[in-house]
Amino acid sequence: MSIRVQSAPFDPGAELNAVHAGDLGVGAVVSFVGYVRDINQDASIEQLFLEHYPGVTEKALTKIRAEAMQRWPLIDAHILHRVGPLSLAEPIVFVATSSMHREAAFAACEFIMDYLKTRAPFWKKEQTSSGSHWVEGRDSDQQAAARWNTPEKDTV
Amino acid sequence: MLTVQFLARYREELGCESEQLAWQNEWHNIDHVRQFLIARGGVWSVLSDPRIMCARNQDVCSLQEPLQAGDELAFFPMVTGG
Repeated sequence: MSIRVQSAPFDPGAELNAVHAGDLGVGAVVSFVGYVRDINQDASIEQLFLEHYPGVTEKALTKIRAEAMQRWPLIDAHILHRVGPLSLAEPIVFVATSSMHREAAFAACEFIMDYLKTRAPFWKKEQTSSGSHWVEGRDSDQQAAARWNTPEKDTV
Repeated sequence: MLTVQFLARYREELGCESEQLAWQNEWHNIDHVRQFLIARGGVWSVLSDPRIMCARNQDVCSLQEPLQAGDELAFFPMVTGG
């Protein structure tokens, strides 16, 4: 899979099983799945719309994946992100990393999510009973991404 | 000539998806174009957003990125994917 941006729903379990791909060198697979939550900013969400910047999104994700592959001894890294209309509880994003040992896979999976949330051009628009609104970016996401700039976190 | 795109909330607030600007020699980086647009007043103040992000020729970059005529720029709000 490596990088995929799609409007169709996906099955995280099937994606996760595919990550091992029968590679006998894989000793660890770490994955993250993000879902559409039912409550945000004091209103019930009926639907979520994900806008992106076609072409640029794929390039940004490819760059993030390449940086993870360079920083840690990974066997592979995969990023799958939905765009368009999503219903409650649907998976939005799937990230999985594989490596010989768990440390690299854990760290790289977290790094990819932190960078994706601050560098990949996706925007969430929530449809609630009282209308629709764009989700505001969070400073805590910026701080989470910034911690990877410190040299001691660069390698495991 | 310079092509400028506006995405997500900016596109909606500006009522504009993209625009062609006649090239100006005093534009040395993306922020100079942003300041030119803000100077139009009114809704264009949306680009004063301190969390603004941008791309040049389909690559996410900083506002200090150098420019040249013919470039394709995009301005967009802080990203919220994942």
